Amino acid sequence: MKQVSTTINGQKYVGNAEPRTLLVYFLRDELGLTGTHIGCVVGKCGACSIIVDGKVVKSCMMFANQAEGADILTVEGLAQGSKLHPIQEAFWENHGLQCGYCTPGMLMASYYLLKENPKPTEEEIRRGIAGNLCMCTGYVNIVKAIKAASEKMQAGGQSQK
Amino acid sequence: MFTLFNMIPRAFEYYAPASVSEALSLLQKYGDESKVLAGGQSLVPLMKLRLVSPAHIIDIGRIPGLSYIKEEDNKIRIGALTTHHEVETSPVVKSKCMVLSEAESHVGDQQVRNRGTIGGSACHADPAADVPSVLVALDAEFKMTGSSGDRVVDARNFFQDIFTTDLRQNEILAEITVPALPPRSGSTYLKFERGAGDFAIVAVAAAVTLDQAGVCQDVRLGLAGVESIPLRALKAEEALKGKKPDDNAILEAAARASEQSKPSSDIRGSAEYKKEMVKVFVKRALKTALSRVS
Repeated sequence: MKQVSTTINGQKYVGNAEPRTLLVYFLRDELGLTGTHIGCVVGKCGACSIIVDGKVVKSCMMFANQAEGADILTVEGLAQGSKLHPIQEAFWENHGLQCGYCTPGMLMASYYLLKENPKPTEEEIRRGIAGNLCMCTGYVNIVKAIKAASEKMQAGGQSQK
Repeated sequence: MFTLFNMIPRAFEYYAPASVSEALSLLQKYGDESKVLAGGQSLVPLMKLRLVSPAHIIDIGRIPGLSYIKEEDNKIRIGALTTHHEVETSPVVKSKCMVLSEAESHVGDQQVRNRGTIGGSACHADPAADVPSVLVALDAEFKMTGSSGDRVVDARNFFQDIFTTDLRQNEILAEITVPALPPRSGSTYLKFERGAGDFAIVAVAAAVTLDQAGVCQDVRLGLAGVESIPLRALKAEEALKGKKPDDNAILEAAARASEQSKPSSDIRGSAEYKKEMVKVFVKRALKTALSRVS
């Protein structure tokens, strides 16, 4: 066991992890942050996507030890109290989810996409979420939601956190 | 604790050296029992599937100074820990070595490109991967650091067999150098894939340089997915060198590339099909590269 210290959603977290513990299990089982979902665990589905040091990554493709000292944003960190993040609002309003299993990963991939490219074209949106699978195949509304989120954030002059 | 027991790697010891020399002494100490971890986008899945189970993991991800892109003397020097995303979006790579930028844009997905590194992909040496075929086409140079100093080998000596390179157990890859393509060059990476994020059925890295009269001065062709190593299609290059790249010359090059390919039949298609696709994609890639000559 090694001690792993990280900052998650602006808060300090310290926990223990075996070297072989994947970051996604560390977040969920050791720290109790269950917003991040486990999907395929082989890096194909993107349900476990989170932001590590400003970049979207799959948390099943990293060992927890590799995140020592990292600044992490998970889906729990998107909303401000009861106020949803514009991306979450847009997913809600556009039915950008059916079963919701892929949603935390979709939201984090969208968050990164819109941070890098605030006004993506439909093609750029589809490329941005190419690493995130929706088993309900609800991609049309997901793409619509991301487009709507982009517009919301433009209109609101929303500064990304 | 674990809900999906079959995706957990075997237990190992983890080290995060802060310098190259510290990493080298760990490699020296643990030898064949150890494995270098960079971005982990190939190694971590292999460990979860227990296809690889090293006893000691040496994470070089925290060593400073191994991530950079520098242009010098018509060459682009890229630190081994530079991520696919950083290479893809580098203005220098885009303007001077389009084929590499394009190949990087096809690696995995944005999550994989954010963590995976160019050096890791080279050392993993998957013959169907995107980046190695470009490195072979451009005859990139690989700088490896060991306890007795640095050595440099070119791509044709670096890639030795499937998942096998010239890198020794007690060395780490430090830098990859590719040429900045000269004026009147055009290049492209064309990938034929089943779906986003998959490995290539076949892929072609092509770069051409014309002289003032429109004659091919230099032609580079690298193929992915057609051999146990990323393949340099030298005979196809010869079909174009010193000639005007008209349709006949392009078709001859495409035919020779197909002849030189020895793909195996697998879930991505039969060997015959892949050989046929090499012909089609070499032709298309050459035409695209030529249309970009400026």
